[in-house]
Amino acid sequence: MAPQSGLARQRTRSAWVFLAPMLFVLAAVALYPLLRTIWFGFTDASLTSFGSARFVGIRNYLEWLDYGDGNGEWLGLLVDGRWWSAVWNTVRFTLVSVTLETIFGMVIALVLNQKFPGRAVVRAAVLIPWAIPTVVSAKMWGWMLHDQFGIINDMLMRVGILSAPVAWTASPDTAMAAVMMVDIWKTTPFMALLILAGLQMIPDDIYEAARLDGVGPVRTFRRITLPLVLPAMLVAVVFRALDALRIFDIVYVLTPNSPETRTMSVFARENLFDYDKFAYGSAASTLLFLIIAMITIGFIYATRMDLSGTRE
Amino acid sequence: MKVQSYLRKAAFYLLLGVIVLQAVFPFYYAILTSLESGQAIFDVNYLPHVFDLSNYKSAFTNGVFGHQILNSIFVATVVVVLSMLLAVTASYSLARIPFKGRALLLLTVLSVSMFPQIAVLSGLFEVIRMMGLFNSLWSLIFSYMIFTLPFTVWVLTTFMRKLPSEIEEAAIMDGAPPLVIVRRVFLPLLWPAMVTTGLLAFIHAWNEFLFALTFLSTDSQRTVPVAIALISGRSEFEIPWGNIMAASVIVTLPLVALVLIFQRKIVSGLTAGAVKG
Amino acid sequence: MATVDLRNVSKSFGSVEVLKDVSLSIEKGEFVAFVGPSGCGKSTLLRLIAGLEEISSGDLMIEGERVNDVLPAKRGVSMVFQSYALYPHMSVYENMAFGLEQAKLKKDEIARRIAEAAHMLQIEGLLERKPKALSGGQRQRVAIGRAITRQPRLFLFDEPLSNLDAALRGETRVEIARLHARLADTTMIYVTHDQVEAMTLADRIVVLNKGRVEQIGEPLELYENPASRFVAGFIGSPKMNFLTGDAARQHGAATLGVRPEDLTLSAEGGLWSGKIALTEALGSDTFVHVDTTLSDKSIVARVSPRERFRHGMPVYLTPAPERLHRFDEEGAPVRG
Repeated sequence: MAPQSGLARQRTRSAWVFLAPMLFVLAAVALYPLLRTIWFGFTDASLTSFGSARFVGIRNYLEWLDYGDGNGEWLGLLVDGRWWSAVWNTVRFTLVSVTLETIFGMVIALVLNQKFPGRAVVRAAVLIPWAIPTVVSAKMWGWMLHDQFGIINDMLMRVGILSAPVAWTASPDTAMAAVMMVDIWKTTPFMALLILAGLQMIPDDIYEAARLDGVGPVRTFRRITLPLVLPAMLVAVVFRALDALRIFDIVYVLTPNSPETRTMSVFARENLFDYDKFAYGSAASTLLFLIIAMITIGFIYATRMDLSGTRE
Repeated sequence: MKVQSYLRKAAFYLLLGVIVLQAVFPFYYAILTSLESGQAIFDVNYLPHVFDLSNYKSAFTNGVFGHQILNSIFVATVVVVLSMLLAVTASYSLARIPFKGRALLLLTVLSVSMFPQIAVLSGLFEVIRMMGLFNSLWSLIFSYMIFTLPFTVWVLTTFMRKLPSEIEEAAIMDGAPPLVIVRRVFLPLLWPAMVTTGLLAFIHAWNEFLFALTFLSTDSQRTVPVAIALISGRSEFEIPWGNIMAASVIVTLPLVALVLIFQRKIVSGLTAGAVKG
Repeated sequence: MATVDLRNVSKSFGSVEVLKDVSLSIEKGEFVAFVGPSGCGKSTLLRLIAGLEEISSGDLMIEGERVNDVLPAKRGVSMVFQSYALYPHMSVYENMAFGLEQAKLKKDEIARRIAEAAHMLQIEGLLERKPKALSGGQRQRVAIGRAITRQPRLFLFDEPLSNLDAALRGETRVEIARLHARLADTTMIYVTHDQVEAMTLADRIVVLNKGRVEQIGEPLELYENPASRFVAGFIGSPKMNFLTGDAARQHGAATLGVRPEDLTLSAEGGLWSGKIALTEALGSDTFVHVDTTLSDKSIVARVSPRERFRHGMPVYLTPAPERLHRFDEEGAPVRG
């Protein structure tokens, strides 16, 4: 009989055989398209002719247009006010939404961590917004926020907060607030569940000890609960922030064409497919990727998150 | 003392009531609206007062909504099955076999799951055109792998790690090669985790919007989120809110049902995916 | 021909060397126990023989064939795990059949072997059950049954009794002894940290300490002639008494060892004087702990339960001179 290979060799070989199909698919669906997107950002590709796209350097990002009379102007993404307002919208949206989601998520998690009759039912009910497709949530809220027939205006006018109906999604002052509202409503459950999972890992006897020491509930929360749940919460915040930075669906459905809510993703897609500025849109996509990657690395570094999964 | 504790209890249940109400109300209101038609829609109601199914009837008789639901079911199911097939063996390798570069690989997989979809959109568009998949449901099945595959690999890896190593060693002693270990020993033990992961991947795929909006161009090929987003009237004042709400309720009900039934499993999958188990 | 032959086997995990230059030969049909404190490398040694860990250097021969690189299942080895490691989703029958199916045996041959093993272990009534519906002792039998059906040349046990409660442990120990008697041709290696299990079951014992073999020998040989202070202290219960200082120097040793049963206790007179700190009456024997000036630890002596010694009594201890164990500074025995 031919000499057999050792167990370790057999297993290492199988590992790569097992991984190969997944790695191939990921390369085809993520790596290659990403590289192509970056490439298109340096070409003059258009929607109909990306096969014959030519390299144009950094013209999509920055270009000096000379008028020929000694004057000229800078063009390109890096000096495009619309792009930077989209960046600012995205960052603003992310900061506000994630902060509020964390606070509300914490409140809901603390409530769900109590023992009360019907807790399972309440937990299921809280999950409902998370299960509703984003597009559907945007439509539902769009209807509830309707300026003439919306129930929100009706409610607020009945209790006397508003004297006249507000065009929530159309008015520049409130459009971003409307988008945030839908996002917070939809994703707070996710936050709450992750924080709840963290809360449930805190052993009861720690609270017992604090109670015996006469520590009040507020101090208990600040000195015991919060520090212990913080790692789980940070992970949740990172995941949510990354998700929020690429927001597209809600804006597209709830407040189309509103400059106040145009986010990076919306800006990129508009250029790619609506304005036939495929190369310009690709450049925007590339910048968005860089921004998100930088924020991610910064986050991982700041929180020293262990993502490798090697530590048990 | 006693009064104080009653007050505290009342405040707690009030808060609980608010939490439940805000979570459930929009969906409740969508159902309410979907059951009204004609002029009734434009009167704000808090309680149901009519029961009119005409919006539902027209959703299924006018146009291709039924077909679009089938599209969504087809895409989400095939995506789940394919990513499971690819993920089970891959996560076995990542969870169970020590080899050089494993930590890096796991990190790569995780970072792909955080990829902004828009960053690959133009490249993917080219790939899909090249493969001749534009306006085909297979374009979605292919492109959805970018989020379902890393997600399932990641979650199954965390679950797979928790299985006792002696069981695997017993199988090795019994002469089972890796593929047999996965199929005959680990797979049956992983069923609960697979249900969880599959469910979450299904929901992700069912809800996806950006790719579906971009890679499909005709009404009969579209999936429901896009279909709902694109329902419009001739003008701002003719938006058929009743139809939109009926369609919304139809696509959401199965999801809400799934969530209510598999609540515990979903929570365990979500937390395993994010916080390492 | 020896069933198992280890030649200068070493094993490292990274920079940590857990087994150092182990050489060992096990004869066909022998029952050998690996004992030692936790972390001594005994389980690693067993896993090397099983093929679950790779050998860093040295040779492992099974029936004359070098098997360093042979897959576990091709070594003709069966293993019983500490946690039994039954497949939870398979019935008892399927658990026992799994390995045979992998070996591509015919269905009727599988059925025959399982029936035989089930009969031997009296688990015929359990074949359709899932492991969760079995008691700890039954699971243990199924695990052994699964190992038997493969008709191995070599049987490996990894602390198989440590998950059982005390009463069941004694019973199962007897059963393993019977199994060994019945499968006279099958070599068995048994890992345990419990020297009583090793003493009662094994034909020979391998004592390991910090990755090295301290001594190999028959149980009584280890007991009578320990090759090191470590072995002397590890084998035997209660433990051997160790004295250092003057008492040892008088006998030409750095450490003097004397087993409890080799001490005579007397109220009148003897070699060493002391005071009784504690008596443990077990019925068959009484162990008397005596505080002396010779050692900070009490010296334990075994006396007949008929003798009455009370707490606080001044007593004298006299060791049987021919039964003294003498060790030098390194813990090696002093000869002559």
